[in-house]
Amino acid sequence: MKRKILATSALSAVAVFGMSGALLAGDLVVSNWDGYMAPDAIEAFSAETGNGAELVLHGTNEEIMGKLIASKGKGYDVVFVSSPFAEVLHNLGLAETLDHAKLPNLANLYPEAGELAHDPGNMFSVPYAWGTTGLCYRSDALAEAPGSWMDLLSPAEDVSGKTTMLATDRWLLGAGFLAKGYSVNETDPDKVAEVRDLLIDAKHTLLAYDDTTFYAKLVSGEAELVQAWDGWCNYGIAENSDIKYVIPEEGSDLWVDTMVILKNSENKDAAYDFVNFILDAKNHGWAAENILYKVPNKPAMESLSEDFLASYPNMAISPEELITYEQLRDVGEAQRLYARTVSEIKAAP
Amino acid sequence: MKDRKPLYLMTPALAWLTAFMVIPCLLILALAFFRRGLYGGIEYTFTLENLALVFDPLYAGIFLKSAAIAGLSALIAVIIGYAAAFAIAAAPSRRQPILLFFAVLPFWSNYLVRTYAWIVLLNREGLITGLARWLGYDAEMPRLLYTEGAVVVGLVYNYLPFVILACYAPLSRLNPEIAEASRDLGASSWTTFRRVVLPMTVPGIATGFVFVFVLSIGNFVTPALLGGGQFQMIGNLIYAQFLTANDWPFGAALSMVLIAIMMGLLTLQTFATERASGAKREES
Repeated sequence: MKRKILATSALSAVAVFGMSGALLAGDLVVSNWDGYMAPDAIEAFSAETGNGAELVLHGTNEEIMGKLIASKGKGYDVVFVSSPFAEVLHNLGLAETLDHAKLPNLANLYPEAGELAHDPGNMFSVPYAWGTTGLCYRSDALAEAPGSWMDLLSPAEDVSGKTTMLATDRWLLGAGFLAKGYSVNETDPDKVAEVRDLLIDAKHTLLAYDDTTFYAKLVSGEAELVQAWDGWCNYGIAENSDIKYVIPEEGSDLWVDTMVILKNSENKDAAYDFVNFILDAKNHGWAAENILYKVPNKPAMESLSEDFLASYPNMAISPEELITYEQLRDVGEAQRLYARTVSEIKAAP
Repeated sequence: MKDRKPLYLMTPALAWLTAFMVIPCLLILALAFFRRGLYGGIEYTFTLENLALVFDPLYAGIFLKSAAIAGLSALIAVIIGYAAAFAIAAAPSRRQPILLFFAVLPFWSNYLVRTYAWIVLLNREGLITGLARWLGYDAEMPRLLYTEGAVVVGLVYNYLPFVILACYAPLSRLNPEIAEASRDLGASSWTTFRRVVLPMTVPGIATGFVFVFVLSIGNFVTPALLGGGQFQMIGNLIYAQFLTANDWPFGAALSMVLIAIMMGLLTLQTFATERASGAKREES
């Protein structure tokens, strides 16, 4: 999942209060994470379709959600959000029900991309990138390759103090849920408490919670085993080929970042054109080649070179495998329990 | 203060503060009395739940922990900063501006950059460990980064210039003849410092301490970066409510209590300063 460093988020916190949908109608307005599509994508889209377009950036899902909820989705035409948030937009009635006739390039997507649990049949969201959350490690430093979430949560003595976990509620808890064999969307308070205790024990062996620089810690040798999104592990692999990625035997979550057209968009035709433009194999493939994220676009993935796939083996995880993992879903009220549980873990001595 | 005319000069400042600081703060604080909507929006029904939750042992504990870290940072910053300010005030007067310039020089760089610099210094493969190894220290180094100590070091470092400036002001205004008189009357330099200089510079110390404390207790960047996210301070908790848990009402309630603590301390500090300067006026 695409996330920016803390500073950006802090600034965006200010931005949330500062403006809510202040942009005027006219040009197509696309909101995306910084650097998540080709730098010239907007220009190329305008040149190809003659539509004026403007890119605005959000640092986190929560930030763009805050704006969209406050403005009832007005002022934005297409937003990039992770699937649980697309689900919320749909539940709030802010997401456009997609007319597939206006998106001929949907044909480029793998069939599995239309079977996602949060939105079977792509009724309101189009997957942009997908992947797994697993273990990223220094194969030259570990005596044995990790294979289980417990290798992270209860590490061998020589690895203790050299592990990091993701700080974000859902993934931090996710590691515990998977280790216990529970659903990554488990909301039963007793099971959540069980996972909390497991993660408090794990905390004592941890170097840090880290969402943004864990791969750099692997490169520098500060950490040897970290919980990581596969795409981000690739950033470490790019700098040191001894860094490897593995999906633990208990499995992973399947994370999906999506494109959503807003129901209140005043440029709907242009919005459809834009989504269709991104789904073009060349445009969609940019993300795979440059951000090292898997995209659900068949011709785009097939155009990747053998060398590239050999360098980044997790880019070759098949859609058939991906679809077997459970997606993080919107859990409604239970998000409060999750937030409290993570506070308990982080406040524990 | 019979001539009140210049007061109108404050209008732009007051208008700015009211429009962009007071009103937005009040809006945020008002959220504390509403319920969180299912999808992170606000349900406009009145409740005191959020405020009550702040005093739940879990969250009250985080408040206390933050206060302890902020208090320790402020104490260390005051000891180091006061000594530095004392030395600057004692230097020849033409050198003082240069020394003060060096004291505030770090402020010219970005807070994040300064904090990352500590990561470079303290991490397991960092400069300090490298230096220790180079000097022949072979045993396992204790962990320096991602500890409570690292958070305190980061806070002290970042806020030290405030203390130096706050303590320098009263120290530099101190009439040297007063200290001379004390020594003439037979007091040792230590007694002179303890019974004459120190009491007269208490306002500077109080200002410096309160500044560091207030800035530290609400800080969320330093605990996240230097504490490795393992020490949740109240700032991180508020950050999480607004940006990940999407529970604005509870975040607002936490902010309200934090602001109350800060305002209480600032009021106390103003009070202490007023009293000290009042006492001085009576003396003269």
